[in-house]
This record gives sequence, C-alpha cells and structure tokens, in this order.
Amino acid sequence: MAQFSTNLSLNSSKQKSNSSINNSKTPTKNNSGADIVVRTKKTPAKTPSKSKSPGRSTTPTPNKANGNKTPSGGDRFIPSRSATNFDLGHFKITQNEENASPSKQELQRVICENLHGNDIRTQKILSYQKKAPAAPEGFQNPMRVLYTQTKTPASVKSCNRYIPQAPDRILDAPDIIDDYYLNLMDWGANNILAAALGSHVYLWNAGTGKIEELMEMSGNDYICSLGMDTGRRFLGCWNDISGSRSGQIIHHDVRQRDHIVSTLSGHTQEICGLKWSTDGKYLASGGNDNVLNIWPAASNGHHTQNQTLYTFTAHQAAVKALAWCPWQPQILASGGGTADRHIRLWNMNTGSCANAIDTKSQVCGLLWSTNYKEIISGHGFANNQLIIWKYPGMTKVSELTGHTARVLHLAMSPDGSTVLSAGADETLRLWKCFVKNTVKTKEEKTKSKPSVLNTCIR
Amino acid sequence: MTAIEQKNKSAITLRGSSEIICEYLDYGINSILYQRGLYPPETFKTAENYGLTILMSQDNKIQEFLSTTLNQLKEWLVQRIVNKVALVITNVKTLEVMERWDFNVQYEGNINQGNDQVSDKPLKQIRNEIRDVMKQIASSVAYLPLLDCLCSFDIQIYTKSDVVLPNEWADAEPANIKNAQSVKMRSFSTNIHKMETVVTYKNDD
Repeated sequence: MAQFSTNLSLNSSKQKSNSSINNSKTPTKNNSGADIVVRTKKTPAKTPSKSKSPGRSTTPTPNKANGNKTPSGGDRFIPSRSATNFDLGHFKITQNEENASPSKQELQRVICENLHGNDIRTQKILSYQKKAPAAPEGFQNPMRVLYTQTKTPASVKSCNRYIPQAPDRILDAPDIIDDYYLNLMDWGANNILAAALGSHVYLWNAGTGKIEELMEMSGNDYICSLGMDTGRRFLGCWNDISGSRSGQIIHHDVRQRDHIVSTLSGHTQEICGLKWSTDGKYLASGGNDNVLNIWPAASNGHHTQNQTLYTFTAHQAAVKALAWCPWQPQILASGGGTADRHIRLWNMNTGSCANAIDTKSQVCGLLWSTNYKEIISGHGFANNQLIIWKYPGMTKVSELTGHTARVLHLAMSPDGSTVLSAGADETLRLWKCFVKNTVKTKEEKTKSKPSVLNTCIR
Repeated sequence: MTAIEQKNKSAITLRGSSEIICEYLDYGINSILYQRGLYPPETFKTAENYGLTILMSQDNKIQEFLSTTLNQLKEWLVQRIVNKVALVITNVKTLEVMERWDFNVQYEGNINQGNDQVSDKPLKQIRNEIRDVMKQIASSVAYLPLLDCLCSFDIQIYTKSDVVLPNEWADAEPANIKNAQSVKMRSFSTNIHKMETVVTYKNDD
C-alpha cells in the first residue's frame, strides 16, 4: 500500500513537470476497488464535479501522513504569470523595430540630454557598491507625526485645579490674515482688546463686550503688527514688510523727527518674533533663518547695542513664538516652526538652553501665566490645540482643542485669568484657563501681611 | 615675500576648493538624512559648522559610506571630471525613487591653469554662501512630501566617460522620478567650483 502511494505521488509529480493533464494514463485507473478509494482520496481537487461529494474534507490528511509533498492540483497546469516576463518579451520584440529607425534613436538621445543635461553616452554614472544600510525594520519616519497625528502621545499630568476644556467665548474674526509672520492681536492693560482683521482695526472691550472700529487702512494695505501702549515709549519694531523681509530690526523713537535710532542686522531672512524682556535688559528676536538672537539693552535702556549677546541656532525652523518669564526675567521661552516643533527655555545668565521639549506640532505662540508657574503654547497642524505646560518640569497640564485651523496668535487678559487665541479659522476664542483659586488668594493675602511688617522693621 | 607668495597665502587651491565642496556635501547630505527622517533621530548628533547647528549621523556604516564616496569624489573634482553628484532616496521595498537631490558642479575661472589654479575669494564669504544653502535645505521639509515608507539612500556621481573605474565602484542607472517637481536652492562658488543644489521630488497631486 505504501509502495503504491509513493508510486502514485511520483506519477503525479511527473505529470506536473510535464504540464500535461492526462488522468487516463495513470495505472491506478484500472486497479481494484480498494485502490479506487485511494485514488479518489489522492485527487481531491482534480475535477470540480468530484469536489461536490460529501466525504471530501478528510482527504488531505492521508496525503500528509504518506509524506506526499506534491500540491493538491498535481496534474493541472497553472502558468506562473509573474515568472513569464511578458514585459521583457514585449520589449525584446519591439526593441528590434526601434533599432531600425534612426529618427527614434535621435529622439531618445535628445530626451536623454534634456533629462540628464548631458548625453548619456559621453557621461558615466558611478556609485560606490558598499551601500549605506537602510533604517532598521519597523522604523517610522518621525516627521509622520506632523501629517497623521490624532492625539499627542505624551501623558497629561493630572492637576489639582479645574481647567475648562471648552472656550469661554468665541468671537468671529472674519478676514484675519493667515500669516505666520504677522502679529495681529493685543490685549491692553485697560482690558481692551485690539485685533487687526485685514485692513481694519477693531477694539473689543472685554468688560462690556462692546465692539468699536478704530481705523481702516486705505487701498490694499494691511496691518502687520499692532501693540497696545503699556507705558513704554520706545518700541523695538520692524518697520514695514520690506524692512522685515531684509531681516533688519529698526529702533524707532516716536517723539523725534528722525525717528530711526539704530538698525540691527543679525538675521539673513525676515524676522517673525520680537520681544523685550520683562526687565527691559534684553531684546529677543527670532528669524525665518532659524536663528534666535539676544540683544543686550544699551546703557540708557532705550534701545539695544548693535552686537548680539547670544546667537542660538538650535531651532531647526523659523522662530516666531517668544515669551519672557514674568517672575524670572532672565528666562526666555522660544518655539520653533513645523520642522522644529520644540519649545526651548533659555537662561540669559548662563547663555545655555535649560530645557527643550518636542511638542509634535508647530509652535505659533507662547505665553507665560502670571497666576501659575505655567506656560501656554499655541499650535498648528494637526490638532490646532493650546497646551498648558508646568514650569520648569515641562510636563503637560492640559490640552485645549477647538480651533479648526492653526492658532496664529495668543494674548492674555490683564488679570491673567483668560487667554485669547486667534485662529486661522477666523475665530477668536477665550479660554478661562488661569483663573486664580479664590481660597489660595485668601491665603496669599494673609501671608502678605508679615512681609509688609518685615519691610517696616528694616 | 614676493607678491605671488603673498597672493598664495590667502588663496584657495584646486584641492582646497574640492575639499570645501566635499565638506559642504558631507554636512548637506547628513542634514538631508536627518531632516527627511530617513533614520532614527537618536542616531544623529549636533555639530557646529557655518555658524549653524547641523545634525550628523553617528551610524558607522553611513559615516564610512559617506567618507569613502566623498574622498573619491574629491579626487575626481581635482581632475575636473565630475558633472553632478546625486543623492537618491529610494523606497526600500518597491525600489521606487522617491526624491533626488542634485548637486551640479561647474568649473569656473581659468581652467587652463590646471592644478595651479587658485581662487582669491575670501573663505568667510564662501562659508556664508554655504550657510544660506544649508538653511534652505533645513527649511525644505516645509514643502517636501512626507517619505512615509522605509527609505534608503545612494550617492551617484555623474562623471565624464573617460574615468577609470576604481575598485568597488560600478555603473549605475539614472534615477528618474515619475511626475517630478523641482525646487532650486541658492548656489555658491569658490571661483573654482560652482555648486548648485536642486531637489526633485514626486508630486502627489
């Protein structure tokens, strides 16, 4: 019996190699009934009519027990289409035709010259044969987070205060210009918010909710930057589009006729971020050339020296988001654009980077809270969210989502309780995320009394 | 000291110019490998050059491949037989060319001087020009499409046909990209070699 089955397997494999479908030639056909049972077992899928019989499912097991390795469709010819090289065959046939036509050859040569800048026959392309390895298997492009992010994969630290996840108010901001390089919003000390929408400047009184139109630019001019007066007469500002594109910072003194006090050239491309430190000692400027410059204030404190104190090149993208720490005036937070995505904290005393954290998204705006030791950052693609970070550990406190396009600007209310974010989705959203804990403030009041006493004794 | 000696003191020779080109390619290619996310970011370390922070691969095999290729390229640049250096980024699985960075080489100045050709262009100016190109490379990720597959790279050197093929070097096929789009970066020159950087990528639209 075993001998017979090996015979049969030999036979069927031979049939396959001959690629012939010929059942009648097998010797099993004329054998006794017992052998016919074996034959039907051996040929489970040969003819479709047989596969309809009910006892078929058990047939593959005896095959395996006999060590028969031929596939089930033993006598059927199945062409391997992938190995037949139809393409190559077609090319070989048509190639001869092409060789006959000199005009076609000429055409090929001209195409080649256009593609490679040189005739391929007068030029060689060489490469070293010991190739560099590919990235390890399973490695994913880290840039992917920019395109397919659903939720930032960092843990959110639970915090002991309530942060509303939805905006307190949403204001419409039609025609807000979606430009990374403009500064279109500010919240003044008198609780009035100014926003530039296209060529108009609107004032919104946060206390009463009244809206006023302050001015309208004529023609096609639009506003690139605005700031509410905070008592400082001297502003470091970039004059107009042409000035900013050249990467110059120009100090203006608005009281003088010749208002240009000095010009700083430390950037090779347009400037997108500019901030004085809270104590007025430093001016930070971030450029599209990925450079962050720190300028020390001149001795009279009204403008800066012409030489940078520090030049930081750690950011790998444009530096727009800049914010100075309100309680430690030597600490600066800066955020990079799409290719960088990092928030970096700099210490001006040492000139070093104190901390850097990958936010997985373009950093468009940064603000320090005045009520808590926290930083809020505004982001672009993919979630267009605001993230609150605990300083100095830079652990995530909360994420505020709602904007449907990137967050362009951030501003804080004078009392520090509310953050306003302007999005490219033409909305301004107010988030009450830094509301002071009333119980805590009471404690602070009682604590503040002895300190007054102390000063009296001195 | 004669006038000629004085001139030579601050001059860049043909070999020196080739070295400047190869140094640029080393930093440029490493920067591209990092910026385009071909390899894990933790295999890169920061290096300071051209007044910039540039990320350089620490992988031994990549370093070896680059140094061998660039050293050979240096010799060919001295011989003035290189037309173009191409960094080809291919999909490991399908072998499709995803992106190609062309570094076109042109020979400037008085070529008849042969090996004695010198340039008096200040090195600082050349390095500033290189810095501007490096910045453009770093910011190119803003418009280049995501390489969402396991990728590998190769360096192809386009030479004149009378080159002697060294050991372990072989002829390669030109890498063409379907539905390609190109962006030209700034170029820089040592007054001996002029280098133009162009990136060509697959346009998905």
